[in-house]
Amino acid sequence: MTDRPADPAASPAALAAALRSTGYLADDGLATATFLAMRMNRPLFCEGEPGTGKTALAQALAQVLGAKLIRLQCHDGIDASQALYDWDFPRQLLHLRALEATAGSGTLDTDAVEASLYDPRFLLARPILEALQTAPSVLLIDEIDRADDEFEAFLLEVLTEHAVTIPEIGEVRATTPPLVVLTSNRTREVHDALKRRCLYLWLDHPDLQREIEILHSRLPGIPERLAAQVAGAVRALRQADLLKPPGVAETIDWARALQLVGASHLDVDSAAATLGAVLKYREDADRVRKQLDSLLAS
Amino acid sequence: MTNSLIGPSGPDPADADPIEGLVGFTVVLRSAGLAVTTDRVVAFLSALDALDVTSRTQTYWAGRLTLCSDPDDLPRYDRAFEDWFTPPRGGGRTRIVDERQPPPPKLAALTPSTQEGDGDEEGDQPTQVFARASGNEVLRNRDLAELTPAEREHLRRLLALLRPDMPTRRSRRMRPSRHGPTDPGRTLRAALRDQGEMRELRRRDHSRRPRRVVLLVDVSGSMEPYADALLRFAHVVVRRSPGTVEAFTLGTRLTRITRELRMRDADRALAAAGRAIPDWSGGTRLGEVMRAFVDRWGQRGAARRSVVVVFSDGWERGETDVLGVQMSRLHRLAHKLVWVNPHAGKDGYAPVQGGIVAALPYLDDLLAGHSLATLEELLEVVRDA
Repeated sequence: MTDRPADPAASPAALAAALRSTGYLADDGLATATFLAMRMNRPLFCEGEPGTGKTALAQALAQVLGAKLIRLQCHDGIDASQALYDWDFPRQLLHLRALEATAGSGTLDTDAVEASLYDPRFLLARPILEALQTAPSVLLIDEIDRADDEFEAFLLEVLTEHAVTIPEIGEVRATTPPLVVLTSNRTREVHDALKRRCLYLWLDHPDLQREIEILHSRLPGIPERLAAQVAGAVRALRQADLLKPPGVAETIDWARALQLVGASHLDVDSAAATLGAVLKYREDADRVRKQLDSLLAS
Repeated sequence: MTNSLIGPSGPDPADADPIEGLVGFTVVLRSAGLAVTTDRVVAFLSALDALDVTSRTQTYWAGRLTLCSDPDDLPRYDRAFEDWFTPPRGGGRTRIVDERQPPPPKLAALTPSTQEGDGDEEGDQPTQVFARASGNEVLRNRDLAELTPAEREHLRRLLALLRPDMPTRRSRRMRPSRHGPTDPGRTLRAALRDQGEMRELRRRDHSRRPRRVVLLVDVSGSMEPYADALLRFAHVVVRRSPGTVEAFTLGTRLTRITRELRMRDADRALAAAGRAIPDWSGGTRLGEVMRAFVDRWGQRGAARRSVVVVFSDGWERGETDVLGVQMSRLHRLAHKLVWVNPHAGKDGYAPVQGGIVAALPYLDDLLAGHSLATLEELLEVVRDA
């Protein structure tokens, strides 16, 4: 990754080249989007089918920038103490007891005690605070659609100001704002106020040629023929009206599985044996198994 | 090209200042239905400032990344971009035709005009008088399909008065409570007030949040007499809890109308929903449409652990096994699956229509929905789900 003297932030093309060297193949739109996110200091909102490389993009970006990747996985009911910061209560209690023990008979000055309790050393940085405090960092807020709307509202300050306010300490502001990547699988509509602060990138499944390239870059040494066959078969599967059409991640899994069972090309037997790597529903597998011949012929 | 792009535009030479053309483009996008706000326009211009304005690809992406916010926006954006930037480069001077047709007033056909007062009483009996005589109690039990225009108007007002309670579920979020695990933060703060003496443990527990409700309203021909009332009912429910209720119509295709129904005013919301529904009073392929719902929305999250209510008479013209399979999927995703059939409230009703028979094994409840009283009953079932 460091064999490239060009600054990845110089132009979209330079960034695409840098991403390519990490094994992530970016098209024009993706390169422009990430370039603008860096230049304009705006979060990148990635939406698309599962398995189109949203999370992998954040990982590749961190690698390109030599930055730390900090990941926040969203879930139902996530709140500030899980995303932002929390106080280390056991240690605070110990500290309080220690103060009492050393104070002897004299009474404690409440204000001074409180000030010493809410000291940054008792602060547990959760992903967002950590990202603000870590100089070059990429903050991945994964699957924001799983969090609730209160949490979205709470992200607004962080995303625009690159700062959070901790009542007992004050404002913590990032010296170098982290590059923020938000992902969503569209299980729920994310509020427009949040989207407006971001660059909006819709990710589709890659075209055939790009998917073959992705296979080559992720699985070096994969036979040309196998890569082309797998990519072609996955493409056919995506058009086969399945409950869960395979994403790029499944394509890679499938090719890897085929290599592991020692298949040099894709035929009915090897496909049937490894179908579990690409199809995740019994109904889908049953249907496809019956039509494997015609699928592989296409 | 990267000189100061932001600022008042001078109307001088034709291609010296691209701002006018770019802003013109955003105006076209707005009229094509994209939510282009001023801050988005500013973002678009500053994106171009970082890129090469003379590059078509980069201009395209600068706009797409800053002005779109939904996959549905993308085809509209592509079309507008093509129109605006293709003929002579530079844009701005090109002719732009607003291709959108005025929306057909489809809803009007369904709802006989009943603007306050009168005008179209049918029949010989003055309906106004009859409506007054019938009173709320009688009207509550009348079949929605057999109402006179005046009664329909009365019913609308009654519908608007409904205050549905939403079902709830346990949230992962914690809040102060008398029971549950200890809350270290509040306990510590309380101790601090007592000079570090911990007199009592403060506790917290999971809060409750509204459970998601999904309404699927069949608007095919056979449901026509009920569609208006049912959509009004859906409006009331969506308005009550806009964040957690989703509404769709089923016909020859699936249409999401949640966004339209969130409007405060019932008539405007219904008119907007009417514009969004392309297949009023058409046929049904219930199985296919249900599959579209489960594929596109249900499995992704809208139906997961939610209360799903299907309003349909179950007339299925396609093969019923498709519907059966989809209902079984939906049953596995949803918390409760309720079917509301307006005919179920009539004497001699038996669930024999193909669609109902296929769906029946997967339903938690089969209700009638032909009158206001039965809709109120439905709300109780939903609340207790």
